[in-house]
Amino acid sequence: MSGLALEPGSTTSALRARLRDGWLIFAASPAALVGLVIILLLVLTGLLAPFIAPYDPYAQSLPDQLKPPSATHWFGTDEFGRDILSRIIYGARVTVGIVLLVVIIAAPIGLAIGCAAGYIGGRVDSVLMRLTDIALAFPRLVLALAFVASLGPGLDHAILAIALTGWPPYARLARAEALTLRNSDYIAAVRLLGASPARIVLLHVLPLCLPSLLVRATLDMAGIILIAAGLGFLGLGAQPPTAEWGAMLSAGRDYLLTAWWVATIPGLAIFVVSMGFNLMGDGLRDVLDPRQTA
Amino acid sequence: MAVTTAQAGRGLRIVGREAGMLLATFLGLLLITFVIGRVMPVDPVIAVTGPDISDETYARVKAEMGLDAPLPLQFVRYVAAVIQLDFGTSIMTRNTVAQDIARVFPATLELATAGVLIGILIGVPLGILAAVFRGTAIDGTIRFITLIGYSAPVFWKGLMLLLVFYALLGWAEGPGRTSVFQEGVVQPVTGLLLVDAAMAGEWDAFHDALAHLVLPAISLGYGAAAYIGRMTRSFMLDQLGQEYVTTARVKGVPEWRVVLFHVLPNCAVQLVTAIALTYGLLLEGAVLTETVFAWPGLGQYMTRAMFNADMNAVLGGTFVIGVVFVALNLLSDALYRALDPRAR
Repeated sequence: MSGLALEPGSTTSALRARLRDGWLIFAASPAALVGLVIILLLVLTGLLAPFIAPYDPYAQSLPDQLKPPSATHWFGTDEFGRDILSRIIYGARVTVGIVLLVVIIAAPIGLAIGCAAGYIGGRVDSVLMRLTDIALAFPRLVLALAFVASLGPGLDHAILAIALTGWPPYARLARAEALTLRNSDYIAAVRLLGASPARIVLLHVLPLCLPSLLVRATLDMAGIILIAAGLGFLGLGAQPPTAEWGAMLSAGRDYLLTAWWVATIPGLAIFVVSMGFNLMGDGLRDVLDPRQTA
Repeated sequence: MAVTTAQAGRGLRIVGREAGMLLATFLGLLLITFVIGRVMPVDPVIAVTGPDISDETYARVKAEMGLDAPLPLQFVRYVAAVIQLDFGTSIMTRNTVAQDIARVFPATLELATAGVLIGILIGVPLGILAAVFRGTAIDGTIRFITLIGYSAPVFWKGLMLLLVFYALLGWAEGPGRTSVFQEGVVQPVTGLLLVDAAMAGEWDAFHDALAHLVLPAISLGYGAAAYIGRMTRSFMLDQLGQEYVTTARVKGVPEWRVVLFHVLPNCAVQLVTAIALTYGLLLEGAVLTETVFAWPGLGQYMTRAMFNADMNAVLGGTFVIGVVFVALNLLSDALYRALDPRAR
């Protein structure tokens, strides 16, 4: 790192310097870059799905049932003659949507609980953290399963269930950050200026928790994808005819022996994307905590 | 060393705090299953009686089911019932849920145990190799193998194994726990088919059960091996940097002795706790694996119950898996404290 650099002139330039240093560590790892490329491709595919999909993902064509991969259908067709490549491309949309929504719901819950516990401290802290420990002790998939079982199957219920079981790690992280920030000089200064506790937490503590939270979220995303696919596979997530990878894989089970591609290809997509998030998350962790680098 | 009163007091306080925490965890688990059972959109009374009933009948059934009581009272009754292992009756099988779970759980236990054994047998050596050859092609290859292990969905791994080793090569048996002609040959004693078959001396049944167990166990075990391998590598790397390792090397101890007799024992404590946690994760993975392999365990029972709106069965299963999970967490903590002198 640039030990001789001058004092940063402003907060933006300090941030820029930190980002640059971080990027250098991240980019030094080919694995992390591969992960980044996979995720970028996933997001682009999701965004541009209508433009790049060769066929309508829902258009059924009986003469084209269960056709093996060929020049016209790169990944073959499913039991309704739908083009699997197009469904995989539209499935990227669903996957990105699930991951983003889960994080958007789970992270703020965890952040609020963690920041409150860390900043207020005392009894509030111990009660909130006990709750978090308890919630962490439960098996996530099984709990999500029970939630969906009672709410009824469906993509939105699956997302809600995964999010409701996903907040505790964020709470732990936010608490740790808030604890270290609580006694810093600038917080004391803001407090002397007469800022209310709510204002301090929202405007001065919370923003500084965000970077490590983002890393945590990236690492979390691989798990979210696997759980969502698992719920889809069990028939509890996205319902047909939605092009969701887990549900597509599940439908392909019946044709495994006669048409291997129907189940194999969606599984491959889940695997590649989950691997992408794992690789990128590992790279980001190295940026935040270089000591862990092996 | 004599134990002072102060130390004993501290020990008691820790035990008390742990017990309180455990109690709170179980109450929390029960609260969650209770709430889940109450938010369901299906009216539980209608689920039992069917839609064509008079208002009086409805009220009577509701009172019989205890659903007219205030919610806190319902919760207390629920806790009291669960303590007596009463999870209600399954709509699907018409047995009590407790009987059903006792019948299906050993199959899940057998599968998860086989999975964790595979995880240890493959994961620990891989982790050691990766740490010793850190930064080389061996390390890179192992990293890639483990990456696949925890990135690929367990149900997909299962399907691919079925496709290759059952359908294409015919090396292993297909879905299910036994072949049709072996069904009922062995009387269940422990419910663990391998153990029962071995005790009864039914070696054909034993081989048949083993041939059925191989594929689901590998699909679960691969993920476990990936996780355990990664942990082993990082524990080993921590130790390999220590000064006692340098000392041993300087004294001329052969490298394999340093790794196996000096470093590995020092990782044992952390490894045991990591393995206990992996076991809990495998119980979860078993839910998905059982669906792929038509394995008659708790996971398959719960999934079937879900599609039959059989909430008693779903919540009973959730609670049992939750309890085992919490117990394993606790066991892993306790093992850590028992095995590591520094944590006493």
